[in-house]
Amino acid sequence: MSMLEVQDLEVSYGAIRAVKGISFTVEKGEIVTLIGANGAGKSTTLRTISGLLKPQRGKILYQGQDITELPPHRIVELGINHVPEGRGIFTNLTVWENLMLATYTRKDRSRIQEDFEQVFTIFPRLKERSSQSAGTLSGGEQQMLSVARALMTKGEVMLLDEPSMGLAPVLVDEIFRILREINRQGKTILLVEQNAYRALEIAHRGYVFETGNIVYAGTASELQNNEAVKKAYLGG
Amino acid sequence: MKPTTYTILGLLAFYAVVMVTSAVGLMNDYILRVINLMMINIILGVSLNLINGYTGLFSVGHAGFMIVGGYVAGFMTTLLFGITKDTPYWEALPMFLVAILAAALVSALVGFIIGLPVLRLTDDYLAIVTIGFGEIIRVIFNFITFKKKVGNWELDIGGPRGLLGIPPLSNFTVIFLFTLFTVIFIRNFVFSRHGRACIAIRENEVAAHMMGIPITRYKVLAFVLGSTFAGIGGALLAHFIQLLHPTMGGFMKSVEYLIIVYLGGMGSISGTIVAAAALTGLSELLRPIGELRMVLYGALLVVLMLKRPGGLMGQREFPFLLPERERKIYALQNR
Repeated sequence: MSMLEVQDLEVSYGAIRAVKGISFTVEKGEIVTLIGANGAGKSTTLRTISGLLKPQRGKILYQGQDITELPPHRIVELGINHVPEGRGIFTNLTVWENLMLATYTRKDRSRIQEDFEQVFTIFPRLKERSSQSAGTLSGGEQQMLSVARALMTKGEVMLLDEPSMGLAPVLVDEIFRILREINRQGKTILLVEQNAYRALEIAHRGYVFETGNIVYAGTASELQNNEAVKKAYLGG
Repeated sequence: MKPTTYTILGLLAFYAVVMVTSAVGLMNDYILRVINLMMINIILGVSLNLINGYTGLFSVGHAGFMIVGGYVAGFMTTLLFGITKDTPYWEALPMFLVAILAAALVSALVGFIIGLPVLRLTDDYLAIVTIGFGEIIRVIFNFITFKKKVGNWELDIGGPRGLLGIPPLSNFTVIFLFTLFTVIFIRNFVFSRHGRACIAIRENEVAAHMMGIPITRYKVLAFVLGSTFAGIGGALLAHFIQLLHPTMGGFMKSVEYLIIVYLGGMGSISGTIVAAAALTGLSELLRPIGELRMVLYGALLVVLMLKRPGGLMGQREFPFLLPERERKIYALQNR
């Protein structure tokens, strides 16, 4: 049984079909990346998995359970955390409040303090700034906060939408190093990236999107060496 | 000594001073009435702030819920229980409390019926629906008549004349305790996990979704809670001014409560308390200049909105209203 299985998914915005019947799987403990150009339907796919959009056709299975028709908050409860594009942090609230909100669905409330400590060891900057309002953080710190929040929710699967967007190369390194670390500790990751080169460096497998369809699938190294993929997405 | 101890002492001192000065005649009835009115406005303002300030909804029908509560309680004490001015206070009080509870429940129910379908939608449909609700309520109370003879009193809901002869059961102690209850309840809600969920919805609805917060449930909850306390406020007001009139549920009355919330600060209980007291006091102070005061009042609002668009307090709170952790953060930020 796959951790996450998408079957024949089709999603439309009105008359425009953004995702045209795609299927893929994510196994437990993997980092799977969805790469492709702007408008290929990668983010739409993530938003559909987390329940923000409803598909016209197809199914989404999480650990064998059909979650296609569930509202977003139920999907979070089941264990899928979405780190949305543009980070989606609460800029007027403090860093601490942002992290606290992420624990909303948790039943084991007594263990939250421990998890704060754990998250603060991974992201020491957030500890320094826990009383600051999140809007005053730098772009990189905001992205860290967004990932930290998903960790506080303690789901099994983390969906990340363009975590490198708008960040300096040094910070991109840092984010990807952390993602790899989180994955080693057992979290399954589905990563959407335009920066295909970097994504394939940390991913186990990948799917290449083109205008709503999956055109290539394979292990990260296969895709890195595939001539067509190289030419189109990896800059030769 | 912890600030909470100061708070309790402060409240006790306020209560004692008002009780003693009014008993020995140092404070006249007029000032006592103004203080009572301030507290009723605090109840209505704070409950509206939960809806508009904390959850980021836009209700323009708060007076509608208030008057529903007022009429329910007024109906019960006058027509159902047959309480008159001559009923001994200790006999009337339990019935009055039952009436307040009923007012709260009916307002909550009305809030639920209106909130549930509307709050499933995003955007500002709530504003349109609540404007309509206020007007519908006004028209309904204009048309309902119901007559009953109680002792020597001929009583009826009154239609356009209003509900008359409501016994003066809201005294300083009752209003004070209910105001305290309202502020403590809403303050505790706002700083709980549920309150944080409401604030998250106000700040960023998509992100709130991603935190696993059931958006519609919390919008309805905040709206219903706000309506409930509006009903309590209405019940107290009705038994304070001893009269209910259909126009009190209309749009202009709702705007008065909106002004209290916006002037005090969206998402600040402290601000609402200050603004409710200040505006109630101000409109009394300016009474000598007659209709001109409305001009002054308007000008004052314009200046305040230009100088302090976030309201008097913004989203800040008096330290004694903050929980331990927030108080520390607050101290850090304002170093």
